[in-house]
Amino acid sequence: MQNPPRAFSFFHNLKAKIVALPRMRLKGDDVFKLVCALFASSIFMILGLMVYELVRGSWLSIRTFGLNFIVGTKWDPAISRVFGALPLILGTLVTSAIALVIGVPISLGIALALSEYMPKKFGFGVSFLVELLAAVPSVIYGLWGIFVLIPFLRNHVYPHLQSAFGFLPIFSGPIYGGGVLTGGIVLAIMIIPTVSAVMRDLFSSVPNSQREAMIALGATKWETSKTVVSYARSGVVGAIILGLGRAVGETMAITMVIGNKFQVWPSSLFDAWYTMSAIIANELLEATYDLYVSALIHVGLVLLFISLVINILARLIVWRTLRLTRGIARE
Amino acid sequence: MDRYKLRVIKDRLMKVLVYLALFLALVPLFSILFEVFRRSFSVISLDFFIRPTPTVGEVGGGIANAIQGTLITVGLASLIGVPIGLMSGIFLSEYSESKLSAAVRFFHDVLNGIPSIVIGIFAYAMITLSIGFSVIAAAFALAIIMIPIVTRTTEEALKLVPISVREAAIALGIPRWKTTLTVVLGSAKKAIVTGVLLSIARISGESAPVLVTMGFWRWWFSGLNRPAANLALNVFVFGTSPFENWVALAWGSALLLLMIVLGISVLARILTRGRY
Repeated sequence: MQNPPRAFSFFHNLKAKIVALPRMRLKGDDVFKLVCALFASSIFMILGLMVYELVRGSWLSIRTFGLNFIVGTKWDPAISRVFGALPLILGTLVTSAIALVIGVPISLGIALALSEYMPKKFGFGVSFLVELLAAVPSVIYGLWGIFVLIPFLRNHVYPHLQSAFGFLPIFSGPIYGGGVLTGGIVLAIMIIPTVSAVMRDLFSSVPNSQREAMIALGATKWETSKTVVSYARSGVVGAIILGLGRAVGETMAITMVIGNKFQVWPSSLFDAWYTMSAIIANELLEATYDLYVSALIHVGLVLLFISLVINILARLIVWRTLRLTRGIARE
Repeated sequence: MDRYKLRVIKDRLMKVLVYLALFLALVPLFSILFEVFRRSFSVISLDFFIRPTPTVGEVGGGIANAIQGTLITVGLASLIGVPIGLMSGIFLSEYSESKLSAAVRFFHDVLNGIPSIVIGIFAYAMITLSIGFSVIAAAFALAIIMIPIVTRTTEEALKLVPISVREAAIALGIPRWKTTLTVVLGSAKKAIVTGVLLSIARISGESAPVLVTMGFWRWWFSGLNRPAANLALNVFVFGTSPFENWVALAWGSALLLLMIVLGISVLARILTRGRY
């Protein structure tokens, strides 16, 4: 080793001392691991900062309204400056529930078609098409919703629904095209790729011995499929909750088709409504005073809380099932 | 015998229903592709790609400023998001035995499930409220959306590299970190690039976080601390506007966006086909 320049001798000596210490050597491996760990740990900082900033931003609203923000039913930025988010929370939950009612049976069918019914070779291409559905940006669903889906539903579907089930209050009232049901349908289309992909993976991980046992008993394909579904049932529940998480946070598409009308409860499925994400997208840029901005950030905080609960629950359930079925498959 | 027939009928019926579900799900995909092509046909011209947003009532105009703005915003987001995601992915795959990595993996999943509008609100509260609507705030939000995707795909790509490759390198006396950076990353290069591309496709289509951090901007890019135009946001603002000219531009922007996103997805599929 050549002599270091004078200026660096202090550091050189220091380094020599460190290197001389047994076990204390700073090896490249340790440095690399530390750097990687630091980058990986940034996730904690990001999430922590997110919660901190949202609480800080909504502090004014939290202090002013307290729990009334969640149970309040009035949203009046213009005159009384009172904000209550209950109708928004209901709007989000009900449209998401409609999305599940429509989307889950279809997802279940897709997952079964891909994992049980279709030949594997063919299935790959088709599942790619379903995955493409997940890649389409939300805002394009919204544009398609406004110009294609809404006119179609208004002219060809909703009138028939109303003439057949009009005696039920949920199918009565004027038909605008956009509204609660349309929002639910768009959300259903958007969660189907996610839910069906998770279900397909779950069904594929069910050990073949289950299917063979059913076939040996003389079961039909459908009866075998039912066993597969019930074998993975807790994972299926997880997949559904995962879809719920997607639906709850969806913003642009729902903003464009739901009609954006603030009311506690819509008069029918055809009526307009509002969701938490839609009000943020629509009003944040127009919020002119601090309390208004704070209330909108507060809506974001509530949305964060709801989606965190839903997602953590779903992950835990899906993980447990996958581990369970894979563990058995290995035995 | 009767019950047997009933079971067979039920079986056939369910088979039809299962394929019907598949068909129903694919209808929107083809409808979107068809409508986007059909309705943007009239607006696509040279002007569309080289002229900025028209003022209200002006004939023609294009989305050149939105292409520029999207490139800058997404580029800046990638500069922040890709290194963090890449290093986190390396950590999760190469040091998966540590306790920290289980927690990191879990919280990446959590972050992946947080709605993009909430991430937008976060960037709004942290950056926009202090420096105003800006490219920086939007890029920050998009970077956060990107990180869990890059991390996940990097981790999965590295895990596909056989352990024997690592052992061979280490047996040659190469330190572990060098093995990771050259041999392991080298053999997973394709899959990692795919993951990065997919995450870029995803954030190019994001409009909710862009809307709340940057707002709509009709002019050219004029600095990182000011807003820039954005393709996805164009689709929203033009699509919900009452002007025919703008609606046509919305469909044009949607076509470009769809081509980028679907093109990257198909490319990713081709790149990763038949790996290990």
